[in-house]
Amino acid sequence: MDVVMLSRLQFAVASLFHFLFVPLTLGLSVLTAIYETRYVQTGDEDYKRAAKFWGKLFLINFALGVVTGITLEFQFGTNWSSYSKYVGDIFGSLLAIEATLAFYLESTFIGVWAFTWNRVSPKVHALFIWLVAIASNVSALWILIANGWMQHPVGYVLRNNRAELQDFVAVITNKFALLEFVHTVGWAYVVASFFVMGICAYHLLRKNEVDFFKKSFKIASTFALIFTILGVFTGHLSGSEVAETQPSKLAAMESHWETKQNAPMYLFVMPDEQNERNSVEILPIPSMLSLLAFHSPSAEVKGLKDIPKEERPPVSLTFWSFRIMVGIGTLLLLIVIFAWKNRHGIEACPGLLRILLLAIPLPYLGHEVGWIVAEVGRQPWIVYGLMKTSDAVSTLARSQVLASLWAFIVLYSLLGLVDFYLLAKYARKGPQPAES
Amino acid sequence: MLETIWFILWGVLWAVYFMLDGFDLGLGTLMPFFAKNDTERRIIYNAMGPFWDGNEVWLITAGGATFAAFPVAYAVMFNGLYSALLLLLFSLILRGVSFEFRNKVESPAWRALWDACLVVGSFLPALLLGVAFANIFQGIPIDKNGVFQGSFFSLLNPYGLAGGILFVLLFLVHGSLWLAVKSDGGLQQRAASAASRLWPILLVVAVLFLAYTYVATNLFDNYFKIPILWVLPLLAVSGLLLIKAFVAKKAWWGAWFASSLTIVGVTLFGVAGLYPNLLPSSIDPEFSITAFNGSSSQLTLKIMLGVALVMVPIVIAYQTWVYIFLRNKVTEKDLLY
Repeated sequence: MDVVMLSRLQFAVASLFHFLFVPLTLGLSVLTAIYETRYVQTGDEDYKRAAKFWGKLFLINFALGVVTGITLEFQFGTNWSSYSKYVGDIFGSLLAIEATLAFYLESTFIGVWAFTWNRVSPKVHALFIWLVAIASNVSALWILIANGWMQHPVGYVLRNNRAELQDFVAVITNKFALLEFVHTVGWAYVVASFFVMGICAYHLLRKNEVDFFKKSFKIASTFALIFTILGVFTGHLSGSEVAETQPSKLAAMESHWETKQNAPMYLFVMPDEQNERNSVEILPIPSMLSLLAFHSPSAEVKGLKDIPKEERPPVSLTFWSFRIMVGIGTLLLLIVIFAWKNRHGIEACPGLLRILLLAIPLPYLGHEVGWIVAEVGRQPWIVYGLMKTSDAVSTLARSQVLASLWAFIVLYSLLGLVDFYLLAKYARKGPQPAES
Repeated sequence: MLETIWFILWGVLWAVYFMLDGFDLGLGTLMPFFAKNDTERRIIYNAMGPFWDGNEVWLITAGGATFAAFPVAYAVMFNGLYSALLLLLFSLILRGVSFEFRNKVESPAWRALWDACLVVGSFLPALLLGVAFANIFQGIPIDKNGVFQGSFFSLLNPYGLAGGILFVLLFLVHGSLWLAVKSDGGLQQRAASAASRLWPILLVVAVLFLAYTYVATNLFDNYFKIPILWVLPLLAVSGLLLIKAFVAKKAWWGAWFASSLTIVGVTLFGVAGLYPNLLPSSIDPEFSITAFNGSSSQLTLKIMLGVALVMVPIVIAYQTWVYIFLRNKVTEKDLLY
């Protein structure tokens, strides 16, 4: 493998790992804030205990999320220095704005919140966790505006051998980026609410603290229902946006080889990348791809064969990741409908509880493959249509990157195991008894 | 003009980062020497607990501001210092997680493991940051394409190592003083006596470093050109002397502020000497990356300046409020970590 491939792998490892923690941070901060707000409103001690219990899991998760985020920001410089020089004028400023606007707020008030139980009034304490929740979501907004610019660059001009900012408003109102934000954050809330529902299920199956977990469950299931539906909807919108702006990604997502109007969608497809065809295509739904992508059954959908070979993304990986993502999304929608309908008597549905417990990893997996669709599907471009990944890399020795890649893999695996162990330990332990 | 403003802001961001996270890094390094039992260890963790994360964001912002305002410098510096930088980041990762992980399991072996991570994860960043900045003061071997021609080991040259030692000592004193502020009894005595004993060593190293800087770098050129700049090293020196005075009076907050002043003074002394260079080339001054040939477009600099002028004071305001709000000594009954 060359430096480009090794650097890509390293970035993939670093971002996929970081992304195991980010969605829970985004969603669980909001849920914890909601539980604490319920406590302020009702004075019900169970909600205070809920905020503490879920907040503790939030903190264990947050620790790894925060420390693995820094390596991402700095990797643009270490491994992608040509990219950084070429687009830093725009991309760098978005990251810097993220830090000043959101990251300080989040990192400062998470400490304050954790350390001031019983030292300030409940209202003020709830305000602290809301600040954390808002800041982490604002942080996601700026990161996704930055990523959205890589997906669909706008508001720039090529000058002085680089992309320079021309229209800041265009960059921050980039439709691609804003859709990416609502889609990613919406599904992050789904990750968090399935996490909460699954842990509630674990305890409800054991008849442990039934009242407490039912209260947590009711709020989480409503949250899950809203954001799963929203997630499916924004997924559809994002797909149409991809169709408009990134024809090569769309074609790879669908393994769609021939340009045609009334393009059908096949329920089962087996891509054969080598021979530029699909070895299996069964159960077609006529004109469905055209309809979904362009909202018109007769619309023309560009096929991979009309895209030069050197500008096509890896088809199989993009295709399968997309299918898995959509499959998981559909499955989660089904589960959440049942969960929400039965939320008042959920303790009496052991089958559903078992499913909910087993479903905890599903939204995580959906998030990871979704990210693969977005990033691998954009290849060979690092900035779509503007700069190729192979032109973006730093001047490095292969041995340097190989060593750091292994260091990432070993360190992250160990820390991931520890974090998983601690989350499981404290999730099983359940909430602390109420203070007398 | 905008480039110069951003150059100053860039220096200030680094200075504030060193001032704030410096005490975490120093105290983390000294933790096992101060604490006699698990409760004392926990008090030390909790003395940094609510602050370290917010402090570390100053590093992220310093990195982000370099990227935004001086993308060429960001690219050349981070690419060139690849191994050192990743080592720094891995260390900071270990430091960060040890706070959250340590007290979650009762076993002494588990706690010893994370204590070791805290020490390594605090000491290495202090050393590496010093080495990196001293190398920048001295100039690094970048060619005309901005490609770094040295290696990780070439950074460990005598002047680089001197910078590393200086930073470690600055942070050790700073961290000891922070613990003196935040603790009581035996722990406070040990912290205070460490600060007193480290102080003369720091003084000697700082003086030697200053002399070495005169020999090994061009930093003083700016000072002879613009004499008003002497105020910066003067700040550092008066900070250093004030530490001694406050420690003698057992005025820990005062001593900690004096130590902050020293760190800020030392950083700004170096940065002002560098101007307009961000990365001087030791191969040929022509190849240096400066605030002018390495900067972003005027529009980006303008927008980012607007963001900085609004947001940085707000950040300083709420972080100051947090330090004041949580100013009390850490006691056994309010331990979270």
